[in-house]
Amino acid sequence: MTERLPSIELAIGNSADIVTARHAAREMSNQLGFGKAHQTRLATAVSELTRNVIQYAGTGHCMIEDLSDARERVVQITIEDHGPGIADLILAMEDGFSTSNGLGAGLPGTRRLVDDFHISSSPGMTRVIITVRKPA
Amino acid sequence: MKKIPILRLNRILLVSIQEDLTDNEAMQFQSDLVNKVAEIEALGVAVDITALDVVDSYMARVINDTASMVRLLGAEVMICGIQPFVAITLIEMGRDLIGADCAFNLDQGLDMLKTRIAGRGDIRFTDDGDD
Repeated sequence: MTERLPSIELAIGNSADIVTARHAAREMSNQLGFGKAHQTRLATAVSELTRNVIQYAGTGHCMIEDLSDARERVVQITIEDHGPGIADLILAMEDGFSTSNGLGAGLPGTRRLVDDFHISSSPGMTRVIITVRKPA
Repeated sequence: MKKIPILRLNRILLVSIQEDLTDNEAMQFQSDLVNKVAEIEALGVAVDITALDVVDSYMARVINDTASMVRLLGAEVMICGIQPFVAITLIEMGRDLIGADCAFNLDQGLDMLKTRIAGRGDIRFTDDGDD
């Protein structure tokens, strides 16, 4: 098995960081042989989630990892912030829900773009982990 | 900050977004374009986004809002060249993210703009010697 690509850790603090993060996500998925449709979905999901960080928490982190193994190619992205957290996660995951006048596509829209989507949130720590995978 | 060139072709404005924009640059583009449309009383605007390989909900909103603003001023708008993967992603993410009129490419977009402008019977358009 080939070696995994090095992880990329990015600080998220302004709108230029959104661009950097989505480029990095696209680049890694491209290097791992994901098709353009997957690359675009992943880059867009990262864009949405990092924008949430800036909008709701101000600053945060984005970690892009290659978790591929012999069976499949996997890109996992973890986006964290220490903001106020999401009061009602179940509500936030419902289509059409937004606390900001529908500025973004919301979490449900973002979830549809990736293979796995995990979110946990409490005051001081919100973490979203998204994954795209394809057979090796 | 990147500034997007706005080209003028008689009473039509052409904009081609060649680079991934930050949120601030997108807002700057919006106000530059709306101001330019007002300044020259443009009859049509073609926005080419062939080069954009990510259009997230924010950028989609900026594009939509810009199109609505330009229409409010009195110009026709055409969004040209949305990449297939961008179209797929936008629709999967949520309906109605792009509501403006679209064309495959700048060429088709310009033709459609001209047809629409001609249909409005704006005499100044012919006065300017275009077509």
